[in-house]
Amino acid sequence: MEAIRIEALRKRFGSVKALDGLSLAVETGSIFGFLGPNGAGKTTAIRILTGLARGDEGRAWISGVDVMGGDGRTARLIGYLPQDPTFYPWMTAAEMLDHVGRVFGLAAAERRRRTGELLELAGLAGAAKRRVGGFSGGMKQRLGIAQALVNRPAILLLDEPVSSLDPFGRKELLDLIEGLRGRSTVFMSTHILADVERVCDTVGIIDRGRLTVQAPKKDLLEKYAAPVFAMEADRGQETALRSWTESLAPAPWLDSVVFPEANTVRVLVNDPAKAKLELLASAVGAGLVITRFELVKPTLEDVFLKLVSKGGN
Amino acid sequence: MSFGPAFHKEWLEQRRTYRLLIVAVVLLLFGLMSPLLARYTPEIIRLAAPKGEELIKLIPPPTAGDAVDQYLKNITQFGVLLALIMTMGTMSLEKDRGTAALMLSKPLSRTAFVLAKFASLALTFALSLLLAGAAGFYYTWVLFGPLSLPGWLGLNLLVLLFLLVFVALSLLCSTLTKSQVLAGGMSFGLWLTLSLLGAFPRIGDYLPRQLTDWAARVGKGGGLVSLGDLSPLIDGRNGSFWPALAVSLGLIVGSLLAACLIFKQQEL
Repeated sequence: MEAIRIEALRKRFGSVKALDGLSLAVETGSIFGFLGPNGAGKTTAIRILTGLARGDEGRAWISGVDVMGGDGRTARLIGYLPQDPTFYPWMTAAEMLDHVGRVFGLAAAERRRRTGELLELAGLAGAAKRRVGGFSGGMKQRLGIAQALVNRPAILLLDEPVSSLDPFGRKELLDLIEGLRGRSTVFMSTHILADVERVCDTVGIIDRGRLTVQAPKKDLLEKYAAPVFAMEADRGQETALRSWTESLAPAPWLDSVVFPEANTVRVLVNDPAKAKLELLASAVGAGLVITRFELVKPTLEDVFLKLVSKGGN
Repeated sequence: MSFGPAFHKEWLEQRRTYRLLIVAVVLLLFGLMSPLLARYTPEIIRLAAPKGEELIKLIPPPTAGDAVDQYLKNITQFGVLLALIMTMGTMSLEKDRGTAALMLSKPLSRTAFVLAKFASLALTFALSLLLAGAAGFYYTWVLFGPLSLPGWLGLNLLVLLFLLVFVALSLLCSTLTKSQVLAGGMSFGLWLTLSLLGAFPRIGDYLPRQLTDWAARVGKGGGLVSLGDLSPLIDGRNGSFWPALAVSLGLIVGSLLAACLIFKQQEL
């Protein structure tokens, strides 16, 4: 059975279309990366799935239960981490988890055990009796994950779960998410492509309220990623490199151009054989000193940029 | 409905954020001071005012009734202020900060969320009034002589009901907006409106302010039951306090009902 299903979901905020006919399906047990640029509609979709907001049109189900009724029937099935989790500042971390346990109807002994386990899991055991008001952003994010796991949810909805974590915290959290594979379905929105690439097995890309594509990550990379030439010019040639890429525009084999750094360019092409012949010659002809020229494996970032730029962003 | 966990959190918050302590201390102080002020104000005037000795001859000697009036005036004035201040941010802040969204994504009903807030505030004011009432009763007894205990309890019950009207109205205002300031403004606006309307003789008979007049008569030994006899209500005679009681209860229930219904429609 599908863990999450959304059909033709629409949501407007005044004149802004936050969701414009979003449809997607998430298989049970998968880790689904919900990718999209800022303002694409990721948070709105998750808020509707949690029952905190209502869609204007369309339908959505969690484990086959309709979430559009607004009666909170799916609340026991999900764990939810908002984008910027906030807590009662006067509560301690342990009290917060105990409170969530109470809301889920756990008995006192079970609450104590679960609180201890989750504080340990989130790396907050040492801060169990500290008031949340004094927590750093990263600590709040980790407490946010812990509270989302109190009820051992079948489906975990994570809205930008690693956005405020340092690299160490990010790695820990991604390991934790990876550890849930097979036990829970994880629906994770993010704009950090490297994280999706690392933990997600299925990817859905949303742009301007619509699903651009949804596929297993491997299929997506094979199907959508155009071959990429990574090129690096000598230092001091940044302006010349940009001017040269602009001159490439009429080439029929060119797909798009991305600048990861000022003197580095990733050229996405649709005909690698032709591009291989013309690209380097053109660069040298333009007076560029090329220090690196390589046909590389496309990344999810390349796919994302290609699909989102096709949409006009 | 998950009222239990919601109330547990709200009551913990009342204690942890010192709201219970603040309300209890303020009301207790007025409970203590009111009989003292009633008893010693003539003395203070005599000693402090120019020609105090002559002035004091014009003022009748203080009685237990003056202590009751002083207690009622102070407790209701400051009680209403506390009711508005303590309640105005209770819903709006949770919506604004996102804690409401976090908790309501779990199996916690919005009705329980609202009612638990009202119940915890009601308990805060009830306990604080118990303390203030005990202090006021003791000092009035010591300074002026015996006072009817049932009458005093009746007075404080009516005061509690009067304050809960403003807790409920402020809770409704707090539900309507995400801004604590706006919620406060609306709450104070409603208080002013009710106070102004209460000054009109005919309309005032039906408004919560009338409960304090009733409380004064009950507290001075009029007896809760005899004053609350249903016959004036049935006959429609002037001077009955029952319509004010019905309107006050209606305002409390209506405000809570409206807050629950409005909150259920809101997106978080």
